[in-house]
Formats: sequence, structure tokens, C-alpha cells
Amino acid sequence: MSLTKPNDDAITFDTFMEGVWRQNPVFVMVLGMCPTLAVTVSAVNAISMGLATAFVLVSSCFLISLIRNLVPKEVRIATYIVIIATFVTLVDYLIQAGSLKLYEALGAFIQLIVVNCIILGRAEAHASKNPPLKSVVNALGMGLGFTIGLFALGGTREILGAGKLFGFSLFGEHFQPWVVMVLPPGGFFVLGGWLLLFSLLRSKSENKEEHRHGA
Amino acid sequence: MAHETLSQIFISTLLTNNFVLAMFLGLCPFLGVSGRLNTAFPMGVATTFVMLVASLCAYGLNLLLGYFNLEFLRLISYIVVIASSVQLVEMIMKKYSPALFRALGIYLPLITTNCAVLGVALFQTSREYDLAQSLTFSFGGGAGFTLALVMMASLRERLQLSNVPTLVQGTALSLILAGLLSLTFMGFAGLGGLE
Repeated sequence: MSLTKPNDDAITFDTFMEGVWRQNPVFVMVLGMCPTLAVTVSAVNAISMGLATAFVLVSSCFLISLIRNLVPKEVRIATYIVIIATFVTLVDYLIQAGSLKLYEALGAFIQLIVVNCIILGRAEAHASKNPPLKSVVNALGMGLGFTIGLFALGGTREILGAGKLFGFSLFGEHFQPWVVMVLPPGGFFVLGGWLLLFSLLRSKSENKEEHRHGA
Repeated sequence: MAHETLSQIFISTLLTNNFVLAMFLGLCPFLGVSGRLNTAFPMGVATTFVMLVASLCAYGLNLLLGYFNLEFLRLISYIVVIASSVQLVEMIMKKYSPALFRALGIYLPLITTNCAVLGVALFQTSREYDLAQSLTFSFGGGAGFTLALVMMASLRERLQLSNVPTLVQGTALSLILAGLLSLTFMGFAGLGGLE
């Protein structure tokens, strides 16, 4: 964070990787959880939701970054929301036209992308201060990070709750599905488990660091 | 037109299909403001009020948009209406209870991006509720949100006194706690003659 100045226009690899790893929206920032938990009952749903969100994120960040110097400061949030809502409407109609089955599975959560904190957060924190190309690269990273996070959750829940991945049976017919994992409580448990795993990894690496300094 | 009676809608949104614990709507304030009981309750009430206003406006807007065949503008107009009603609540609260206004802080304007509020407006439209049903739906949803928030806050206040390993503290613990609450609420399934 301290390395990049706000008006630094250079696009580095870190601009992209910030969203994928260091500031991952799902595992590190824990943002945009409503869609994260609601649609991740299967890997396919999770990935489609991730891609839809990534599309809205990238295109609205591009547009916001283009007009960032034209919008008066007082009405910027309202402007951002209208821009985001426009792209969400677009995605909503696209999915409806492309795959009705997917549209029914995701339901109202496609339209709820509007209130996903990640998008407004990125618009406010990054796109409103950086040139278009840079904010697109950053938004791509964030979108990818979000999709990976959703896939991790959706995959885990589908494997545990239905014994399948992408609809293919994994364990044969003697597998007793852990049904609660595809029900609402399972969403909380699986995300809690992933966060635990991440804090375990982080504390391990911190310990190692301390050890090295001590020796 | 949906056939559920008003009491069915109310019980369903309050308990069996609780907005937070079964439909995953409004999780950000649920995890963000549920640290203390005396901010959790006002937050729930404020959200309920915004939900009622939003539901009323959304019902009117939907009729208007349907009349002019402008359904594709639905999402945009809903979000603008919600943002303005949040502004209204913020102004009222600032005038009558500045202490509460400060305590809620950043989470008050964030009601705009509370999925529960937009969720109310979208679900009542897709389920084709009439006006009374819509208002019951949003009131039940708000009450359910407040209930979940208050329960979570009480649990977390208790938890502060207990000895928790440092590794588990924070969001992970809150999520597991929410999972347990959600598991409990599943016990209400079938209540009120729905599903």
C-alpha cells in the first residue's frame, strides 16, 4: 500500500495482482458477501456470478475513470450508482437471453450486483483517481479475485453437499451427501472455514518471519 | 397475483425465510454493526423504516413504469429512490438524535447499499405482491433483520467475556456463529403453512 502513490500512473503487475491475492475481495476484505453466500450452492452458479460481477466491475470502472474529472464531487456517488445500475441491467438482460436456466438459478441476485460493495468501493477508491487503462487492469484483477473466491466457496459446497463438481458425480453412489452444506447455514460455515484457513496460513508465515528475525 | 395471506407473508419473512439468515440479504451491516446491542437495535429500526419507504415507492414506481412500458429502467429508479430515502432518514436522525447518528457512523449511508432494502423492492416486484402484501413483506423483512441483528449482537457481547483463541477471533468466528443461528432458524421451516 505504501509503495504506490495515489497519482502514480504506472501500471505494474501489482495493479493486477492486488485484487487477486493481497486484497482479495472474498478472503481478505470480506466484501460483497450477500451474493457470495447466496448463489454459491454449485460451482457453475458461482463462476457465472463471478463473471457477471467482473463484467460490471470492469466496464463501470472504465466509464467512471473516463469521466472522473467531469463529475462534481457532491454527486459522484449518485453518478456511480446510476452507471453501475445501467451495466447491471445490461447483464441481467444478457443472461436472460443467453440462458434462462441460469437466470432462474441466480434469480434476483443478478440485479443485486448493484449493491455489491466491491464495485462501489473500487469505483470510489481506485477508478475515480486513476486513468482508464490502469483502473481497468485493477478491476480485472479484482474481478478475477472475486471469481476465484466464489469458485472456492461454490466448489467446496457442491463437493460436500452433493458429492459433485460441475454436475459430475465424484464419489460414486455410496456417498452420503452432507445436505446442510448447500443450505443457508452451510454457506456461513464454509466461508468461516476458508477465513480460518487463511488466518492460519497468515499466522504461520508471521511466525516463520519472527523466527528468522530471532535467529 | 400471489395468493399468500398477510400473516403467512409476515411469518415467512420474519422466521422461516429470514432475510439475513436464510436469504443472505444485508450481511454487511449484520456483521459490521452487530458488535454492541445498543447500536444494533436502532440500526435495525432505521433499516426497517427505509425498507417500508422503499417498498411503498417501489410499488408506485412499478405501476408507473409498467404504464409507460419502461420496465428496463426499474433497477435504476429503485436505487435512486432508496438512496433518497436513506438521505431522509439520515437527516431526521441527525436532527433528533445526534448521539445515535455518530454511533452508527458510516453504516447509516451504507443502508443504501444494503442488499436487503433493494431485495425487498425486487422480490415484491417479481412475486407480484399487491400494496398490502408488499408493505407486510417489507415490515416482516425489517423485523426479521432487526431480530437477527439483535440476537447476533447479544451473542457477540457474551463472546467478549469468553476465552477465544486469537486465531479464530474476528470475522471467521462471527460467520460460524451466524451459521449456527441460521441452523436454528431452519427449525422454523413449515411454520405458517408455507413450503
